[in-house]
Amino acid sequence: MSLMKKITTAAVMALAVGFAPVPGVAETPPNVLVIANRIDDITTLDPAESFEFAGSDVSRNIYSKLVNFDPMNLDAGYGPDIAESWEVSDDGRTITFTIAQGRKFASGNPIRAEDVAWSLQRAVKLNKTPSFILTQFGFTPENVEEMIRVVDDNKVSITTDKQYATSFVLNCLTATIGGILDKEEVMKHEVDGDMGNAWLKTNSAGSGPYKLVAWKPNESVSLVVNPEWWGPKPAMERVIVRHVPESATQRLLLERGDIDVARDLNPQDVQGLQDVPGVAIDSELRGRIMYIAVNQKHPILSKPEVRQAIKYLIDYQGMQDSFLKGQYVIHQNFLPQTYLGAVDENPFSLNIEKAKELLKQAGVGPFEIEAGVREAQERLEIAQSLQNTFAQAGITLKLTVGTGKQILGRYRARDLDMYIGAWGPDYPDPHTNAGTFAYNPDNRDEAKLTGLLAWRNAWDTDGLTPKVEAAVIEKDRDVRAQMYRDIQAEFRQKSPFGIMFQRIEQTGRRDNVKNLNLGGAITAVSYWPVTK
Amino acid sequence: MALAENRGAGRRRLPRFQRTLWKIARTLGSVVITMLGLMFITFIIGRVMPVDPVLAVVGERATNEVYEQVYRDMGLDKPLLVQFGYYIWDVLHGDFGMSLLNARPVAEDIRRVFPATFELATLGVLIGVVIGVPLGVMAAVNRGSWIDQIARVVALIGYSMPIFWLGLMGLLIFYGILNWVGGPGRLDIIWEGMVPERTGMILVDSLLAGNWDVFKNAFSHIILPASILGYYSMAYISRMTRSFMLEQLSAEYVTTARVKGLPERRVIWKHAFGNIRVQLITVIALSYANLLEGAVLTETIFAWPGLGSYITTALLSADMNAVLGGTVVVGLIFVLLNIFSDLLYQIFDPRAK
Amino acid sequence: MMSDSLDDPRLDDPRLGFRGWLLTDTPTSRFHARCVALYSGWLKFRSNTMAMLGLIILILLVLIAAFAPWLAPHDPLAQDLAGRLKPPLSEGHLLGTDSLGRDILSRIIYGSRITLYIVTLVALIAPVVGLLVGTVAGYAGGIVDAVLMRLTDIFLAFPRLVLALAFVAALGAGIENAVLAISITAWPPYARLARAETLTIRNSDYIAAIRLQGAGPMRIITRHIWPLCISSLIVRVTLDMAGVILTAAGLGFLGLGAQPPSPEWGAMVAEGRRFILDHWWVATMPGLAIFIVSLAFNLLGDGLRDVLDPKDAG
Repeated sequence: MSLMKKITTAAVMALAVGFAPVPGVAETPPNVLVIANRIDDITTLDPAESFEFAGSDVSRNIYSKLVNFDPMNLDAGYGPDIAESWEVSDDGRTITFTIAQGRKFASGNPIRAEDVAWSLQRAVKLNKTPSFILTQFGFTPENVEEMIRVVDDNKVSITTDKQYATSFVLNCLTATIGGILDKEEVMKHEVDGDMGNAWLKTNSAGSGPYKLVAWKPNESVSLVVNPEWWGPKPAMERVIVRHVPESATQRLLLERGDIDVARDLNPQDVQGLQDVPGVAIDSELRGRIMYIAVNQKHPILSKPEVRQAIKYLIDYQGMQDSFLKGQYVIHQNFLPQTYLGAVDENPFSLNIEKAKELLKQAGVGPFEIEAGVREAQERLEIAQSLQNTFAQAGITLKLTVGTGKQILGRYRARDLDMYIGAWGPDYPDPHTNAGTFAYNPDNRDEAKLTGLLAWRNAWDTDGLTPKVEAAVIEKDRDVRAQMYRDIQAEFRQKSPFGIMFQRIEQTGRRDNVKNLNLGGAITAVSYWPVTK
Repeated sequence: MALAENRGAGRRRLPRFQRTLWKIARTLGSVVITMLGLMFITFIIGRVMPVDPVLAVVGERATNEVYEQVYRDMGLDKPLLVQFGYYIWDVLHGDFGMSLLNARPVAEDIRRVFPATFELATLGVLIGVVIGVPLGVMAAVNRGSWIDQIARVVALIGYSMPIFWLGLMGLLIFYGILNWVGGPGRLDIIWEGMVPERTGMILVDSLLAGNWDVFKNAFSHIILPASILGYYSMAYISRMTRSFMLEQLSAEYVTTARVKGLPERRVIWKHAFGNIRVQLITVIALSYANLLEGAVLTETIFAWPGLGSYITTALLSADMNAVLGGTVVVGLIFVLLNIFSDLLYQIFDPRAK
Repeated sequence: MMSDSLDDPRLDDPRLGFRGWLLTDTPTSRFHARCVALYSGWLKFRSNTMAMLGLIILILLVLIAAFAPWLAPHDPLAQDLAGRLKPPLSEGHLLGTDSLGRDILSRIIYGSRITLYIVTLVALIAPVVGLLVGTVAGYAGGIVDAVLMRLTDIFLAFPRLVLALAFVAALGAGIENAVLAISITAWPPYARLARAETLTIRNSDYIAAIRLQGAGPMRIITRHIWPLCISSLIVRVTLDMAGVILTAAGLGFLGLGAQPPSPEWGAMVAEGRRFILDHWWVATMPGLAIFIVSLAFNLLGDGLRDVLDPKDAG
């Protein structure tokens, strides 16, 4: 039994060590920013392919773009980044960018016009999910080399298929897909003509304030300062984003000083942190919209009165003040606040009687519908609240809960009666939401415009499609804004969408952390101005 | 021929040698068939899943063209059996395919997450054995006494407690309120990456690097989930030990030994316990396999980046290659542990011969 | 048969009475013998306090489930966003309220119906499938046996929860699919048990005699082998029920079991998990309910094993 004895001894020793005092309240090193965040949505860090929240957070800090947002002044809109200036041709179709001289990639290679043109061409040629942000300007893998061209050593021109509002084009270039890559470096790692796609999934070749050290899926992302960056050296030399899925865990870590920032706190934990010394809570309005939509193929749900009634069957106030407290604010328009053309008119509130009356006018009795919702706590709570209020007007809501992909698959196939979900803008221009909520050029099943929310709900937009098309090419900023306000006013009344809330992100931080900007409704987080 | 020359000596041995070979071949054959079946079932489940793997890759915004292209790239337009054939072929080459979610080789992912689970389960079983075996022996020796009753109740509670709930309560009490142990995850963030990764098991790696701070921190993180898993295997091991011991204690040789005046301690530990070692190892191997399963929920609660949470996450996000790979690995471990305990039995247990 | 025993003279014996009849060493008929065996088993079982406790809890559970509408103080689905997350013992809410202001006690009471539903269905499906596969394999032998047992082994090679998870993920979340998934993972041990029993029975003189009388294999299996397998199966099923409850709760916890708003206990724990630090009761109460019921099954199973299957007593 000597083996037994050895094991016992080892275990007893181990136990003794375990119960020795654990090091007390920790503090992160002064030049390292440690963030807890849910980052399991990252699938790749290639800017031509990356399309998730956590991915764009990383991307914004490692890739410069032609034009970009100043984190300390987001309201100013896009400004120069790699491009120090730009000119628009008389026909409005060509924009010529002048590249700032003397800047370098993290590798030490200079940033050339060639890199800029190649990066954008590459994104079109790879044709990954986010490519529509560029291809909507008429670029195709075949013509892109003519449309996006190197003019001379420090000039690049972009020609669109027709005239668009310049702000629309430039706003799109601030999206993740607009990240400029170090061509030399990337092409060293090309495999089978993939233009470095496989390598860039887990490596970076940019010119932003940081460069990627490592991304371990579902574990962490770590960044280190890019010594070649042209701007002032960031105070945080390293940034570590650690995947912590649970709100309660993030809260404990923050309370103990193990992390500097907690980004996924639920209302309970925010409240629990309220009086903790050394911890501060920030609220920042983000671009995500929470909405419900009803399928227009459904014989009852397609009646205008029923569509209207449903908007009166949502307990906006009750939800906002209880389980969504501090995390969502009532918002009944498809453009998020702070967007060009956004409005803050929220005419609907819970009114069972009114809804019943509308249903009566439509001549429908009690009926049952199937609502799809993703397996996520806040959505389940919203769904159950809806279930409750809908029932009071005689509508039975049968919930189908599934993983995001499950529900989404059926939504895209126009297979759900009702969908309860969220939509985040893809780029900071009003067209990003107008072009999906209120735009549907072909409502036939065969058209398979699965990317458009209006199509998914089989809604022909009741005449809004041409108005959206007109708004996107309007050059005058104020006129354009007014056009979006009008579209939204019509949309509120006619559409089968019940827009409910806009997201507020509540961030817990140690109170010595300053200047952390999450990017508002228009972009992603910026680490370089942070101090502590 | 060598055989012919060796005839005199070989004649008696040959049949036995052949028998052994035959036995090994049969065992191998059954393992292969079991693994094939396991893979086939998982594969079918993966393919009939109402989750669209293409959508998992392309995401919500994708246009239909992008979708169609990826659909073909993934080989989903081919007949099911052909797809299965490709899959088996790849697996035989150690390739579990690419994870749909993070676009990395699944085999690499599994190699990365496996040590975490291995470390957790091993410590769990260790705790189960260290407490469970003596408890079982004592319960058997003092049958019907208060200690037997307590052992029984403790085991029954172990069988009845939802592991995810016990984990939550453990976190609430020992971490949230008492602050005795480290929280979820394998290390506090500040210690991460401090020791070079050799085995992937932090306890071992930190010892190899001689870094006691990391070891202590890692231990404070692992001890709670390991204890919770250990409790479950303890319940099982103590019950089985008890019933094995009861059988031995009622055997004649024990009575003889007692009559001969051997000290009771010696009778119990040397004679009776000595005889149940092989059976016990079998039980421990089985409970080890069970722990791998218990790890699914425990790892979810404790944010433990192991195989269990890997499979669960993959399942929930329709990452079929990852699910297949993970399940095949767990299944393989199950099968191997079973064979291992069978073999042990046949080698050491006189009755099995 | 009944009339036989009623004619039994001992029944009229005032000194012994019905109890005496049940305790006799010399039963007068097959029915009588069976009654005597059952009664002595019951006495043995009754003397086992823990097993009785388990039985009582389960009877209570059935009663609670049956009379849920009368016992529950509130509608389990009625929301009250203003009165959410109230602690236990607050007015009108003995166990507090959850994040949508629903009464936790009422939800637990109604949740007992779901638990019973799952347990009953699994207890009906899995052993029957196992019995079928096991007895057929055992009786037929040869290639049929080899194929069926290999299949059983394949299913046994899966970690149970992972297989159940995969099945639910494939079939879609929901209570019926959870039942199906659990049954699919639960039958192999029954098949093995039934096969082992069949093998011992198959070659007995008794079966040989029946075969000589011209009974076909179907008849032999259904009429003569099944009844003999039943008692060991029942013990096994009772012991397994705790595991079934835990697996079902585990699926619910992962969001793959009963769908909202139904008050399934595992799902309730999952819902309460977010509040564990500030509002501990939301996750604790349903967890306790799962624990108590699965403990009851374990206690009962333990007691039953002592009575029916003395060799394994442990």
